[in-house]
Amino acid sequence: MSTIPSLELRNLQVQYTVRGIEKDVLRGVSFSIAPGEAYGLVGESGCGKSTAAFAAMRYLPRNGKISGGQILFEGNDMTAMSADEVSNLRKSAISMVYQNPIAALNPTVRIGKQVAEVFELSGESESVAMKHAYEALARVQIADVESVMRRYPHQLSGGMAQRVVIAMALATNPRLLVMDEPTTGLDATVEAEVLELVRQLRRETGTAVLFISHNLGVIRHMCDRVGVLYAGSLVEEGSTEEIFNNPSHPYTVGLLRCIPRGGLHKNTDRLDTILGTPPALGAKFDGCVYVDRCALVEERCRTTKPEAVSIGTGHAASCFNYAQAQSMPRAVDAVQVNVSQDQNRKTTGTRLLNIDHLSKAFTQEGRTVQVVNDVSLSVGVGETLGLVGESGAGKTTIAKLILGLTGSDSGSQVVLDGKNLAATLRKRDISDVGAMQIVFQNPDQALNRRHSVTRIVSRAVQKLRGLNGTESDDRAHELLSGMRVEASLHSARPTQLSGGLKQRVAISRAFAGSPQLVVCDEPTSALDVSVQATILNLLVDLQKQDGTSFIFISHDLGVVRYISDKIAVLYLGRVVEFGDSNQVFGGPHHPYTEALLSSVPNIDGTVRKRIPLTGSVPSPSNPPNGCVLNPRCPRMAGSGVEGLCTTVEPELKEVEPGHFMRCHIPLDQLRVTQQK
Amino acid sequence: MNTSSSAVRTKSNAERKAIRAERFQLLRRNKAFLVGAFILSFWLLIAVFGSMIAPYPYDAMDFMAVSKKPSGTYWFGTNKLGQDVFSRVLAGTQLIVWMSFLATALGTIVGGTLGLAAGYFKGWFDIILMRILEAISAIPVLIVALLAIAALDGQSSGITVGVIGFVFAPNIARTVRAAVLSEAELEYVAAARLRAERTPHILFKEILPNVLPPIIVEFTVRLGYAIFAIATLSFLGAGVEAGSPNWGSQISENWAYIFSNIWWPTLFPAIAIASLAVSVNLISDGLLEVFEV
Repeated sequence: MSTIPSLELRNLQVQYTVRGIEKDVLRGVSFSIAPGEAYGLVGESGCGKSTAAFAAMRYLPRNGKISGGQILFEGNDMTAMSADEVSNLRKSAISMVYQNPIAALNPTVRIGKQVAEVFELSGESESVAMKHAYEALARVQIADVESVMRRYPHQLSGGMAQRVVIAMALATNPRLLVMDEPTTGLDATVEAEVLELVRQLRRETGTAVLFISHNLGVIRHMCDRVGVLYAGSLVEEGSTEEIFNNPSHPYTVGLLRCIPRGGLHKNTDRLDTILGTPPALGAKFDGCVYVDRCALVEERCRTTKPEAVSIGTGHAASCFNYAQAQSMPRAVDAVQVNVSQDQNRKTTGTRLLNIDHLSKAFTQEGRTVQVVNDVSLSVGVGETLGLVGESGAGKTTIAKLILGLTGSDSGSQVVLDGKNLAATLRKRDISDVGAMQIVFQNPDQALNRRHSVTRIVSRAVQKLRGLNGTESDDRAHELLSGMRVEASLHSARPTQLSGGLKQRVAISRAFAGSPQLVVCDEPTSALDVSVQATILNLLVDLQKQDGTSFIFISHDLGVVRYISDKIAVLYLGRVVEFGDSNQVFGGPHHPYTEALLSSVPNIDGTVRKRIPLTGSVPSPSNPPNGCVLNPRCPRMAGSGVEGLCTTVEPELKEVEPGHFMRCHIPLDQLRVTQQK
Repeated sequence: MNTSSSAVRTKSNAERKAIRAERFQLLRRNKAFLVGAFILSFWLLIAVFGSMIAPYPYDAMDFMAVSKKPSGTYWFGTNKLGQDVFSRVLAGTQLIVWMSFLATALGTIVGGTLGLAAGYFKGWFDIILMRILEAISAIPVLIVALLAIAALDGQSSGITVGVIGFVFAPNIARTVRAAVLSEAELEYVAAARLRAERTPHILFKEILPNVLPPIIVEFTVRLGYAIFAIATLSFLGAGVEAGSPNWGSQISENWAYIFSNIWWPTLFPAIAIASLAVSVNLISDGLLEVFEV
């Protein structure tokens, strides 16, 4: 191995010109990636991760410029190269994989042709290029290469499209691969496959990788070394082990504390958070960039820029008080406050919502698609039911059916507090409508951007509480203040608020009519981890105060585990497992749950054997015979009940008290095989 | 519970102002918009104050000064009846400005409402309504207008406004519908349904404010067409009260004399029509760029 690093950033400074003002985005970032090494960059949004990635290819937006420092690729300064030289490097030596694979592919060109174009660019004839395209696609473990080559991008699943993009990125045998959030937006099992593929390709090719992700678990599994970016500065750098086990910058420590790790639960633990938000683009600092949010801030931090202090081999943090970082005080109390425990105890156990035989079929191009198939669930008073499953499992549809936003098929029953509800909102009483509300995933779309914050909440109070005029405004302000939305922001429009604030406004609106049940549909997945922690704490507080029940939908199993009392695992519109949170996570699991759990990159670094699901999710318009999981089931082979699995669909049956499963394999047999 | 509100951020006041100022600046820097706005304001002023600055009554005839060339006395010359062309152009402004504005406003209100409903309800309602509207817009505006005016025996500006508004409605409906289709999918609409809002509230209070930019642009585009349509109709001698001093009729009354070298009674009203229509089109171009619709 040569001693020249593949990529080296030396004191790189990048500025964006926004409305005529130059704003610092990267403030002197230095790191290097050795050949064959995977380097991870983490940090919250707006900290400059993507800018660093694009700068590494010298590919900045039109208003961006490198205002200082150097980018050395294999020792050659890219900042001094001509446009042609850089373009040649991009053609032959550096490749990039973006976040949204479907958008990265040309929708009008067949996959085969598209991959072949990469080879044609390097001067190959069409037929040779096609042959090489075939090999490139086979290398990323696409099973049926010929059929994939004939397809258009929209005919591919997200995971498959990302494989194609990776195949194209690797086509030229690059010596550096830049990956910007390559698995964000993919399902857990698909993410696991793509990550596995990248790891394997790295072993084969020895390509250096610059890996960018907001997901610390993914970084932990993928990278050899990690750099933590904050406000355009590298605040800590070290080997992955060191960063996760011995974090030494208050920001790194804070980030790690925000994450709901396995074992934490809302009943006992409050999540820690990082106060404040990252500074605005181009903010000026005399001292440390983290002063505004740091729990260990001192006078010298404001005036003097801390130099990187070496803590161990290759491990450095830019903090005067790095020694105290791990013992820094929490931003919020660790112990959960139980506001009205007595009241809770009285009511828990009573069933608030019962769903029976909930079904929904859509007709699509003449075919019937059974999106939700005979789902029966219940939610207790003051209880959180977590809905887990991959995209297309029917989580959001179930929520819409319960709320009446979409009418359920006949035979379905939604019973709230003993009262049978009509299928559609229009036919429900106003009190029943107010009793069940929702917090959506994307607050940008859930709040009318033309209405003020007060108006949004006040209107809900008017309709659901029957209050008018100043009364409803007063109640709205009360609610908003309760969610810690400052009075000065009540007249603002949603577009003027940060993501976390918008979500607070949305939560205020959902609670306007004192609901008994609130559906939270991925309420934190668009937010940074520190904001996520604050929102989760807020939701838990509300539940403890009012005894509100939640249906919590999330693809983040850590979050679901933290906040849920009961969990339902969905696959292809069916509940495959249902039980207490610790039963579902503790096992024995349904084979699908097992695969799902094993595919989550664990932030604690414990290595788990991944139980892969073969193939892809079947179309709900044409579900497999027998158990719908059987073509992909990791536990069917050798179970002795294969005959049943492929012919008879299993019932959801109680396998132990309170624990339901839809599987032919006996529980004890699952327990034994899963312990191996 | 010390997760203080500082855990969240707003754009600073300065930044908010900057964004608003930026949009305004974009318009101010937009040459097309500026020129259009300048010409249009000129015509609006004329529409309001024209009768005050006109040197002669528009219908006053001076048989001693028939078909005079433009001069210090008669700035735009006189026509074959000895009427002052300048005063007649000024007097014709009000009618065309008002008629085109009202016709477009009518078309926007009717078309906007239909488009909102079609985009929100979708399904059969949408399919049938849009087919009907397409059928209407397949017929050329002028033919429909002439037919309607003949059938209603309406040499009145009121009927012309109604007919043009009716013919414009489908185009506006289509623009609004397209914007509403994507807007209605957004979750704030679901949130409104989840507090039992009635459909009119959802359409007009929730969705409408969010689809205003395309409606405003479409309004200005249609306004340009309306000006031309009204001028053409009056040129053909239809759609306005006989004897009223409108630009179209002025051209039709005088164009034959161009060949006798009496060009001024035709040229000046023609310039007026063209400049008014162009000013509106320049404005819509400018808005289009700034709103990015």
